[in-house]
Amino acid sequence: MMEKMIFGRYVPIPSVIHKMDPRSKLIIIFLFVAIIFLANNWITYALIALYTFFMLGLSKVPFRFLYGGLKPVIWLVLFTFLLQLFFTKGGNLVFDWGPIEIYEEGIRMGLFISLRFFFLILITSLLTLTTTPIEITDGLETLLTPLKKLRFPVHEMALMMSISLRFIPTLMQETDKIMKAQIARGVEFASGPIKERIKAVIPLLIPLFVSSFKRAEELAIAMEARGYRGGEGRTKYRQLSWRMIDTLQVGLLVILTILLIIFRS
Amino acid sequence: MTKKPIISLNDVCFQYDGQDNYALHSVTFDIYEGEWLAIVGHNGSGKSTMAKLLNGLQFPNQGKITVCGLPLTEENVWDIRKQLGMVFQNPDNQFVGTTVEDDVAFGLENMGIPREEMVLRVQDSLKKVKMEQFLYQEPHHLSGGQKQRVAIAGVLALSPSIIILDEATSMLDPRGREEVLEVVRDLKNENRLTVISITHDLEEAAKADRIIVMNKGEVYREGTPEEIFSMDEELIKLGLDIPFSVKIGKAFRQKGIDLPKHYLTEEELVTELWTSHSHK
Repeated sequence: MMEKMIFGRYVPIPSVIHKMDPRSKLIIIFLFVAIIFLANNWITYALIALYTFFMLGLSKVPFRFLYGGLKPVIWLVLFTFLLQLFFTKGGNLVFDWGPIEIYEEGIRMGLFISLRFFFLILITSLLTLTTTPIEITDGLETLLTPLKKLRFPVHEMALMMSISLRFIPTLMQETDKIMKAQIARGVEFASGPIKERIKAVIPLLIPLFVSSFKRAEELAIAMEARGYRGGEGRTKYRQLSWRMIDTLQVGLLVILTILLIIFRS
Repeated sequence: MTKKPIISLNDVCFQYDGQDNYALHSVTFDIYEGEWLAIVGHNGSGKSTMAKLLNGLQFPNQGKITVCGLPLTEENVWDIRKQLGMVFQNPDNQFVGTTVEDDVAFGLENMGIPREEMVLRVQDSLKKVKMEQFLYQEPHHLSGGQKQRVAIAGVLALSPSIIILDEATSMLDPRGREEVLEVVRDLKNENRLTVISITHDLEEAAKADRIIVMNKGEVYREGTPEEIFSMDEELIKLGLDIPFSVKIGKAFRQKGIDLPKHYLTEEELVTELWTSHSHK
């Protein structure tokens, strides 16, 4: 189950979006998050919608995976919609029933803000659905390189991320093993009152922690024995390649930005 | 073969912080170029400490270590580590990369090797350990023996002259163990490597050129496998065992059937037994 939570996200299919450089994808996401706030009328929202669905189409990711990303936030979107609907006043009164008053502006704002949410989630989940975690790490590392001048430990952060990614499956297997060992000793993880079940997690977590520290120490020794001494003078094996499609995609987003500026009211 | 020492230990003493006893006490021996040396000893005999000293993960309190003609000091340690590759016990805890190719490249990245050369070296060393079809595989899909072979490839990529196996086969099943040892044996023959295997598996030690027995931080005995295993009772007193074939040979002798020598491998023993009638 946990494995699905983390790795079930990436959908390995050959598509234009999958082949893009993680750097361009990250740049696009950051820009998109910023420019979505430019939209403030029907035509600009229509442009954003068009762009979002165009990208979804290019990625070829089946709809059920996108729905998986939307599901946890659907209530939040609904809640914001209702909040705006009931509390924004302005325009004509559309509906009046005792204390409940709904104005035209409320409907408009409610729709706009929930749409904004909706598109943001779709585009950001597109990143994790089409990019492996290690690609995202590589992309971030390269994009953040200028921060090295400000003494920000970019290389160390990236190494930390990639080591964590590498050890997630190992620790999962270990959790499973410890769980079985504890079940064999009579610990019940799946039944009993909630208080007991939370208590049952302790004999699972402590051995896991102890062994993680041991692993960390051994890994550090192994890394040092293999000549690791920080990011200084290190070359990189993994390579990112910026291609035509990446330039085109960034260009498309710039066009979208210009259109949004022209058509916003 | 001329015996040229590649590593020399001279009166080396080492004590862990806060402990009264020496982990290693006045250890002196040479390791020769191109040999397969097994260092055996029970737990706490100082054999793992030795591995840590040899590549400068720890420094001795006293005495001198020379590796490939260089004295082991803080300044030289990174040059020495280039010459001396190490494979550790736990296959999982030395796998740094997210995939096989990334892991093999890790050591090369540390050395600042240009990418084009890295790609060639990664492929080449994976071919040498027969793991070339697993290039993009993630570690959790590999067996213990396969992970250890990847670790060996990572060491090989740096083209060292010495490989230290620090109990590298102790967490593997018999098949994985055989896979790993076979790969190391082939590599040693092809590339004139010096192999130091620190182990408590005596079947493994039996195949070495020379064995050093450690006890309580001191070199207890040094000799060829035949010499060492003829100590039998003495070895058992040191908390070590003797290989199965030597044990059987001993049992035969107790029954009054005299075998001409100690047999270190099952094969040798079996051959002797089924041909023994015709020898008479």
